[in-house]
Amino acid sequence: MTAFVRRQRYLLEYSLSAMARRPGKHLALLLVYTLIVFLLASVMLFTHSLQRETRLVLAGSPELIVQRLVAGRHELIPAGHLERIAGIRGVRAAKGRLWGYFYDPAVRANYTLLVPPDDAPAAGEIQIGAALARIRGLALGDYLSLRGASGEPFAWRVAGLIESDSELVSADLVLMGEADFRRFFAIAPGLYTDLVLSVRNPREVLTVAEKVSLALPDSRPILREEILRTYDAVFGWRQGVVFVLLVGAILAFAIFAWDRASGLSGEERREIGILKAIGWETADVLRMKLWEGAVLSLTAFLLGYLLAYLHVFYASAALFEPVLKGWAVLYPAFNPVPFVDGLQVATLFFFTVFPYTAATLVPIWSAAITDPDSVMR
Amino acid sequence: MLISPAFLALNGGAMLVSLLMLMAAGQAVQVLRHWDIKSGSERQLALERRTYLIATLVTWSVAAELVALLLFLHTAESMSSQFVGAMCATGVLNAHALGWPVLGLKIAVFFAGAVWLLVNQLDNKSPVYPLVRLKYALLLALLPLVLVQALAQLGFFLGLNPDLITSCCGSLFTAEGEGVAAEVAGIDPMLSLALMYGSGVALLAAGMRYPWEGRCGIVYALAGMLAFALALVAIVSAVALYVYEHPHHHCPFCLLKAGRGFIGYWLYLSLFAGAALALGVGVISPLRRVASISAVADAQARRLTTVSLGLFALFYLIATFAVVGSNLTMEGVWW
Repeated sequence: MTAFVRRQRYLLEYSLSAMARRPGKHLALLLVYTLIVFLLASVMLFTHSLQRETRLVLAGSPELIVQRLVAGRHELIPAGHLERIAGIRGVRAAKGRLWGYFYDPAVRANYTLLVPPDDAPAAGEIQIGAALARIRGLALGDYLSLRGASGEPFAWRVAGLIESDSELVSADLVLMGEADFRRFFAIAPGLYTDLVLSVRNPREVLTVAEKVSLALPDSRPILREEILRTYDAVFGWRQGVVFVLLVGAILAFAIFAWDRASGLSGEERREIGILKAIGWETADVLRMKLWEGAVLSLTAFLLGYLLAYLHVFYASAALFEPVLKGWAVLYPAFNPVPFVDGLQVATLFFFTVFPYTAATLVPIWSAAITDPDSVMR
Repeated sequence: MLISPAFLALNGGAMLVSLLMLMAAGQAVQVLRHWDIKSGSERQLALERRTYLIATLVTWSVAAELVALLLFLHTAESMSSQFVGAMCATGVLNAHALGWPVLGLKIAVFFAGAVWLLVNQLDNKSPVYPLVRLKYALLLALLPLVLVQALAQLGFFLGLNPDLITSCCGSLFTAEGEGVAAEVAGIDPMLSLALMYGSGVALLAAGMRYPWEGRCGIVYALAGMLAFALALVAIVSAVALYVYEHPHHHCPFCLLKAGRGFIGYWLYLSLFAGAALALGVGVISPLRRVASISAVADAQARRLTTVSLGLFALFYLIATFAVVGSNLTMEGVWW
């Protein structure tokens, strides 16, 4: 065992010194390799943190949302519906929600207006999200004035700024009292945007949903699990699409690696010839070359992953930001929580190190079987 | 169909492995047809060089398959959130008819590959390559396994429909269900644990004879396979319950989760490695009859037996620790 380890150590030592003798040749490969790992890892880390953020946001959402549909479009739901489903066995609480969107021409952005279920602001007061406060230059005690549905202006005093774990949800949020909301949008009492049900036992959610759709044929129940599942699939799918696009780059990289490994210079050939002449076996040369590949792969992998980590978690994924920011005026300051997932690393490893190794196996072998006399002659 | 990075990595990897194996098999056919160790011809020299290429290709393929096996389980685990009713890898494997066969094929590829590598290592110890024909015949047998596994895996992932309602581990591995998995879960825990330890004792008895008396190599391999199968049964029917501290949770995959201190890795790695080496002993010990490697094969088989026994012992230790150290008490219920 110790002989085996010692042998590998000497081979590794030799590989390192051989690489140090020709830094230029390996530097180019290392650069491309690192770049590939960096790109793939950035996409993975970024989507993964978005996924986590979504889960975090949805964790506190009700198990079941009931929306009324008229001609296939979302409609306000009468309070009478609430009474019909509140009695379903297994439903712990049923509430009507009031929320909506408002386009503010002054900053050309959409706000989300919401009546919080508890601790709603008093009449004439609002609480606003951080991004909104930034863009309108509002501070505590300032007034925000908007034009209501009937054309008359409304002015509210900013009574608080919303502090939230996730700015993704609170960036464009305006919280207000129920009476203010109804007057602003001219919504009659007894109508809600949608209904939410909380169900204590997760196994009963499906049954409750079934009963709701039977009791209210004009409505559709939406499960929290459904939303989560869809987000999971969508994020996975998006990552997959980006990866498919990058497959071309990986292929080009593999061909580059193949070319590098097979295009041995005369000097390198002579070196292998001399090694074999002084007693190295083909297997030794093979191992030495594989060690070389391992050193390169590990360096590129660690470097690329580290850079991606810094890029996503400390530079807010600056390379992707323009793409995401393009369509949102009220862009949330998104600070993803650093997180490394074993599955991710393994997947990434399969995507980069394995193609590289597969591409270099044959060239390495053909270098290793070099005859000493043919290159030294 | 679900295009996710893990899906692409697994299937891309499987295709690459298939390609490498096809290349190796193509070379192996050449070697099988023209091999003549007594000849000093140019062709024989070239063939001898090719053996290095073949060995390197197969080694990397088997290594990749081992990583892919773990990645496959983790991917199945992580996809469980996308299937109604699936709570872990079990539910995802149930979601398509090919799920369990793919897992079985992957395990089979791992064992076959491990045996091939052991035979190859033995062959390389002799300058006259006495096992070349056996080795490459084995390789040609391994190839279809790898190809079928790659195709089955692709079919599995392409056939997955995220909206399908699947039964999760809770309903599959319960005593009331039907099918093989439920049969396994329904076995009396006392019986399954007794069988596991009993097969362990039998393994020890067979294993002790080999290193000291040089007998019973094949018996040891058979005992190893039996112990492997019974250990898996015992994990599902009893050990898992103690790890989860829940009298009805039988899932063999949730053991791999972080919440269980990754105890599954310790259990499975020691068990799989021990069984693979035991299988190797079964293949290598008859090779003592080949004159040129008789002594090497004998020494190798003795060493493998010892290491394999050690790994099995480690497995039994961890399993016992899981049962004894658990807060679950089934006295009066099971015993």
